[in-house]
Amino acid sequence: MERSVALELRGVTKTFGKVIANNNVDLTVYAGEILSILGENGCGKTTLMNMISGIYFPDRGHMFVKGEEVVIRSPKDAFDHKIGMIHQHFKLVDVFSASENIVLGIDDGNKYSLKDVNNRVLEISERYGFNIDPKKKIYEMSVSEKQTVEIIKVLYRGADILILDEPTAVLTPQETERLFNVLRRMRDDGKAIIIITHKLHEVLSVSDRVAVLRRGEHIATVETAGTNESELTEMMVGKKISLNIERPEPKEPKDRLIVKNVNCTNSDGIKILDNISFTARSGEILGIAGIAGSGQRELLESIAGLQHLDSGEIMYHNPKNDEEVNLRDRTPLQIRDLGVRLSFVPEDRLGMGLVGNMDIIDNMMLRSYKKGHSMFLNRKAPKNLAKEIIESLEIATPNATTPVRRLSGGNVQKVLVGREIASAPSVLMAAYPVRGLDIGSSYTIYKLLNEQKARGVAVIFVGEDLDVLVELCDKIIVLASGKVTGIVDARTTTKEEIGLLMTKSTSVSEDALKTENSAKEDGCNG
Amino acid sequence: MIFDYILNAIALGMTFLYGSTGEIITEKAGHLNLGIPGVMCVGAAGGCAALHYMIVGGVTNGVLLVVIGILAAFLAAALMGLIFSFLAVTLHANQNVTGLAMTTFGVGLMKYIMFGLKEGTSIPYLKALDAFRFPFSSSNSALKYCGVMVFLAIIIALVVSFVLFKTRVGLHLRAVGENPATADAAGINVTLYKYVATCVGCGIAGLGGLCYIMDYSGSREGYLSIEALGWLAVALVIFALWRPHISILGSVIFGALFIAGSFIPTLLPFKILQTMAAAPLLKMLPYVVTIIVLIVTSIRDKKENYPPAGLGLNYYREER
Repeated sequence: MERSVALELRGVTKTFGKVIANNNVDLTVYAGEILSILGENGCGKTTLMNMISGIYFPDRGHMFVKGEEVVIRSPKDAFDHKIGMIHQHFKLVDVFSASENIVLGIDDGNKYSLKDVNNRVLEISERYGFNIDPKKKIYEMSVSEKQTVEIIKVLYRGADILILDEPTAVLTPQETERLFNVLRRMRDDGKAIIIITHKLHEVLSVSDRVAVLRRGEHIATVETAGTNESELTEMMVGKKISLNIERPEPKEPKDRLIVKNVNCTNSDGIKILDNISFTARSGEILGIAGIAGSGQRELLESIAGLQHLDSGEIMYHNPKNDEEVNLRDRTPLQIRDLGVRLSFVPEDRLGMGLVGNMDIIDNMMLRSYKKGHSMFLNRKAPKNLAKEIIESLEIATPNATTPVRRLSGGNVQKVLVGREIASAPSVLMAAYPVRGLDIGSSYTIYKLLNEQKARGVAVIFVGEDLDVLVELCDKIIVLASGKVTGIVDARTTTKEEIGLLMTKSTSVSEDALKTENSAKEDGCNG
Repeated sequence: MIFDYILNAIALGMTFLYGSTGEIITEKAGHLNLGIPGVMCVGAAGGCAALHYMIVGGVTNGVLLVVIGILAAFLAAALMGLIFSFLAVTLHANQNVTGLAMTTFGVGLMKYIMFGLKEGTSIPYLKALDAFRFPFSSSNSALKYCGVMVFLAIIIALVVSFVLFKTRVGLHLRAVGENPATADAAGINVTLYKYVATCVGCGIAGLGGLCYIMDYSGSREGYLSIEALGWLAVALVIFALWRPHISILGSVIFGALFIAGSFIPTLLPFKILQTMAAAPLLKMLPYVVTIIVLIVTSIRDKKENYPPAGLGLNYYREER
C-alpha cells in the first residue's frame, strides 16, 4: 500500500553558537503512523521538533509538508500547516479554564464565544475517547488532565501532524497506557504522530517506526517490528552498554533512620505529609515513588531539618556510638554537629544544591567552609576535591573554575552528587538524581549509589522512572497526596502495582478512603 | 456636607481610577510598571501644556479644548510607556529599576515643562477649566465636581474590564501576562501585545494627571502632589484584584480617605472633636488603609485573585 508522506525533512541543521544541535537531519513521517524519535538527552530531539513547530528556525535545510516545501518561522506558521506540538513542559495558563487555554491564539474570525468552544471540546473528546471538563481550571487539574488539554488544544486547531515531547515522563503506567490508546486511535484516524521519548519499552509498544538520533545526527530509521531494545540502545549510545542495573544483596542491614508518624502542613494550611512512618536501613536503597508533588520533597526536607514537623519523630541511629538521636525540629547545622551526616541532593539542583554563578571549587566549599580556622579561606582542599570529582565522574568542564551554571544539566548533577558523596554520609538522600541525564550518566549515578550502599550507607532514592526504581531499590515506599499508600519489596513488585498505589488516594475520595480504612480496622478488631 | 464630601471623593477618586486602570492593563501584560506616578505627572504636563498653548493661541471652542487636551495627555504619557516597553521588552531591563527610574524622570520632566529653567519659560498653573465641566458647565451646580474626566474614567474602566475578560484580545493579553511562553507557543505576538498594552496603559494613567488638575473642587495642591496620588493608584491595583470594575469602587473609597482629613472635622458636632480629628493623623488614612488592604489581599484564597504569574519577569523566547 502506498503511504502518503505527511512531513519530510531534508538536511536540516541548527547550531547554537558553536554547539551543533542538529546536523544534516533527514526524516520522513507518513500519515497514519506513529514515529518514535529516540535519543539520549542533548542529542537534539527537542531542538529538531522545535524547528518543526516554529519555536526555532533552522540554519539550513528544507521542510516539506504533504510534498510541498514550507518555511516555518513561528508557531503560527506551524499551525497553518496543521502541525501541532505538545511540549514536555506544558504550555498552559494556570488560571484559565481548559477551554480558554484551548482557544488561546486562535482567531478564526468567528465571534468569541466560550460556549461554542466548550461544545467543540466535548465533541473532540468524544471522538478520541478523552475525559475532560472544559470549564475546569488548569490549576485544579492532575498532570494527565493537563496533558489531555494540550492534546485537545492541538486537535482543536485541526492538526494532522502531532508531535509529543516526552509525554509519558510524568504519567503513571495506567495513564500511559490510556494515552497510547488515544494515540493509536488518532493514528487510525489518519494523523501522523511523532513521539519523542527515551524509554525503550514505550518505543517498542506504541510506535510503527523508530528514528534514532545521536549527537544531533540522524543515525537510522527502522521498523519497530524488526528491532529490539539492545539494538536501539547501541544505535543511541554508539556503543554496547549493559542495560541491567546491579542490585547487590544488602550486607547486614541495621535500622539507621526510623521515621514515625510524621505530619507536616505547608504555609497554606494544607497537609503535605500525613502520618508517614518507615524505616531506612543501612546497606539498603530505599526507593520513594509517587506522582510529582506527593510530598517527596517535604519528606526529604523534614529529615534534613529544613521542614517544620507538626508531630512525629525521626529517630537516627548513630553507627559510631550506637546512640539514638531524634532529628525532629533540629536545624541542619545541629544535625551536623550531632555527628549525623545527611547528604541531600535536592530536586532543584541549581536552586537549592549549588550556586550557579560560583565555580566548582566554591561550590565544594559550601559544605566545608566551616572547617577553616583562620579568617581567610583555604581553597586547597576543595580544589583537590573538585579535581577528584571532575576526574572520577568524568565531568565535562573546561576547568574547575568554570561557573556551574555554564555546565550542562547532567554535569551539574554530577557535581552535586559528587560533593554530597564526598562528605562520607551515613544516610544519603537523593531526589531525582538522574533527571535530565543521558543513559551513560544515569548509569554512573546508579553505580555511585550502589557503591554507597556497599559501604553501609542508608540510601534514600526518590525516582520518577518506575523501571529504575524496581530494578535498583531494595524496598519502595509509595506516596500519594502525602500519605504512604504502600511499602513494597522491590524484588517482587511490579510497575503496575506501584502505579496503582501512586493514584490510590487521589482516585478514591477522602470519605471513601476513611470508610475503607475503618472497615479494615473493624475487620482487624473482629 | 456629606453629599459634598462624596462628590469630592468621586472627583478625586477618578485620578486613582485612571492610574489603576492603566496599571492593570500594563500588569496584565506582565509589566510591573512602578513608573505610574511619573507617567501621571507627564500626562498632566502634556495635557496642561497643550491647553495652555491653545488658550494662548485663542482657541475658545470647549469641545476642541477637551479633545486636544485629553489627546495630548494620553500621547505624552503613552510615550513614557514606549520608553518603558523599549527598555523592558527589547532590552530586557529589570522592570523594577526601569519603573522607578521612570517615576524620577517623569516628575522631573513635568517640573521642567511646567516651571521652566529660566524666568518666563514656565507655564502658568491651569485650574479646572470650565470646558472640562462640560456638560454640567455651571460652576455652582451640585454636580460641579463631576466633569468630563469623571465620566470618561468610569467609561474607560468599564470598557477595559469588558475587553480584558470578555473578548479574544483580552484573553490573549491575560495569557501574555500569565505565561508568555505559552502565549508565544500559541502564536500570539507577545512583543506586540506587551508594547501596545504598556503604551495604552500608560496613556490612560496619564489622563489621571490631567484629571487631577482639571476636575477637582478647587483645593488642589498643584502638580507636585500627583506623584503621591500615583503611588496610591498602584496600591489600588492590588486592592481591586486586577479588575478595573472593582477599581471604580476602590477609587472612590481611596478618594474619600484621601480627603478625610479636611472633611471629617467639619462634619463633627463639637469644636473639641473637630480640633482632635483635624490632626494630621487623618491624613495618614489612605496609607494605613493601603497597608491593611495589602495584608488582607495577601490572604488570597483563589488563584484567580493572584497577580499575573508573569508579572515583573522579562520574556526571552530562546531561553531554555
